[in-house]
Amino acid sequence: MSILIDETTRVIVQGFTGDKATFHAKEMIAYGTSVVGGVTPGKGGQRHLDRPVFNTVKDAVSATGAEASIAFVPPPYAADALMEAADAGLRLVCIITDGIPSQDMMRVKRYLRRYAKAERTTLVGPNCAGIISAGRAMLGIMPGHIYIRGNVGIVSRSGTLGYEAASQMKALGIGVTTSVGIGGDPINGSSFLDHLMLFEQDPETHAVVIIGEIGGPQEAEAAKWVAENMTKPVVGYVAGLTAPKGRRMGHAGAIISAEGDSAAEKTEIMKSYGLLVAPSAAELGATTALALRKARR
Amino acid sequence: MDIHEYQAKELLSGFGVNVPPGGVAYSPEQAVYVATELGGWHWAIKAQIHAGGRGKAGGVKLCRTYQEVAAAAKGMLGSVLVTAQTGPAGKAVHRLYVEKAEPYVRALYLGFVLDRKMERIRVIASAEGGVEIEELAAGRPETILQQQVDPAVGLQAFQARELAFGLGLNIKQVSQAVTTIMGCYRAFRDLDATMVEINPLVVTKDDRVIALDAKMSFDDNAMFRRPRVTEMRDAAEEDPRETQAAELGLNYVGLSGDIGCIINGAGLAMATMDVIKHAGGEPANFLDIGGGASPERVAAAFNLVLSDKNVRSILVNIFAGINRCDWVAQGVVQAAQGLRVPLIVRLAGTNVEEGRRIIAGCGLPIISADTLAEAAEKAVSASRGESQR
Repeated sequence: MSILIDETTRVIVQGFTGDKATFHAKEMIAYGTSVVGGVTPGKGGQRHLDRPVFNTVKDAVSATGAEASIAFVPPPYAADALMEAADAGLRLVCIITDGIPSQDMMRVKRYLRRYAKAERTTLVGPNCAGIISAGRAMLGIMPGHIYIRGNVGIVSRSGTLGYEAASQMKALGIGVTTSVGIGGDPINGSSFLDHLMLFEQDPETHAVVIIGEIGGPQEAEAAKWVAENMTKPVVGYVAGLTAPKGRRMGHAGAIISAEGDSAAEKTEIMKSYGLLVAPSAAELGATTALALRKARR
Repeated sequence: MDIHEYQAKELLSGFGVNVPPGGVAYSPEQAVYVATELGGWHWAIKAQIHAGGRGKAGGVKLCRTYQEVAAAAKGMLGSVLVTAQTGPAGKAVHRLYVEKAEPYVRALYLGFVLDRKMERIRVIASAEGGVEIEELAAGRPETILQQQVDPAVGLQAFQARELAFGLGLNIKQVSQAVTTIMGCYRAFRDLDATMVEINPLVVTKDDRVIALDAKMSFDDNAMFRRPRVTEMRDAAEEDPRETQAAELGLNYVGLSGDIGCIINGAGLAMATMDVIKHAGGEPANFLDIGGGASPERVAAAFNLVLSDKNVRSILVNIFAGINRCDWVAQGVVQAAQGLRVPLIVRLAGTNVEEGRRIIAGCGLPIISADTLAEAAEKAVSASRGESQR
């Protein structure tokens, strides 16, 4: 099994006919993802990549039975697209877009809470690489060939650092159930914790790697939950030991502005809650191998 | 993005926040002129820099005569102010704000931040103004009052009243404090701020509530819809290399080490810097060239990194996802012609073998590395002048 997506998940692409969306939709289809259509307001009725285009998400859902979407929508229109997707009843929405205003994301998150928890849309991103269930389906922009099928779950704020972990693991023959990029923004659709809970329930996942960075309280919250609830070993890593306070390191959310925001503090918190902390980003693969040995014991 | 105190006051006053009368001055003569226009007996001369802690560092002077105004202005303009928040290099003072001084009987704290955990705007107030709120929160958390704003409905007047009464204000002062709190909130919301801080918010003998200082920061991602705020950007307050990088669509943060870094992805960039440190080196910069490492971007990145004269070696670490390593390698080889410092290149991802072949066969003294750890070690020893291939 995997979490969030597999080869049977019916996916639509929001902003389908744009260049970026077209490129990545082709890649997703080639990987085996069941892309059943897309949405571009005003282009309903056309066909794109041999699939139907719809004006609204609701139209797309009723015609195709889609349950998930990936959104490539420019920042000014992104919040609107996410709320539209939630309102159309999609179970999962992944948003790749970088540069969405924080207050827009606050409104989106508040909007999602209109629905009871059981029916609530899971939002992944923004500013992320997306989701891949190795060998099954891809809802993102990652290079699919660096992931081999296996039993480790990955959750990462950074895209390329997630790739780094997967390729170090591949070099050691370690594969992945699902890898989730939760994104580098201050307000994420879903958190480390949300995905750890799913991985804990997934029988095929034997260990999980969480890759954090400076800024925000998410890593600490996840580590605490791991200590109290998780039966599977969790590897942790936090990027940004050398990052100075108050400087934004590329990602909008990667800034040390409050107590507990620094990589050193988060690393200490992870250790205190019993996570296996990778001593450096060069040892993500090796530390995961250690965790798997621990899982087998 | 940050703005100056006088700009923040101008914006906030448009939302009904009471601020003292004042004006900007770029010379001692202008400072005296502004003081004359303002009238009164006391003026505060305040250095306009994007950092707090000015008072203790001599960036705020209270003057009683025009001579004192001129002298204070002369002393501050062109000087470099080192405060607790500027770092050891300090910040040069290019503008002053001359304000009519307001005697007050109470100094309060009022702040608005984006709470990442709650995903809401949080309002913080304290009866103990004029001090660092972080110190107060750590030492005496009971003196801090808070309210959270539901994004669906916004800040409500009762929440502002609770804060105002909680601060021990009398009924005359409460209504003004509510106007101030609601005004700051609206400014925060309508201008896409990430922080608004009034420290101190003062109460005068005659029951007026006035924002004596004001600080605002804004969400860079929202500036496309805030042209008025964008106009307030002061390039003199920013590192010119960072400004140049931003214009090229690159993310650069200058640091004090000697190993230049060119990396794709913010997380991988931070992680690579950490691995350099782990190997005993010091990164000269953070540089994320973004997902697509096109030859133009790679060339721009080399120019940027080399503009830092401390750089003694360069580490390129590219994880090619969407693009291919062979294409990235061609860009690197082009950009590396005539390079004056050792270059270490680590490529990973799509078409990595082809990329490595291009680097190995280009005839330039480029040091190749297969893994992140190896790349960092080679960059550190190269920065120390140890030769290798």
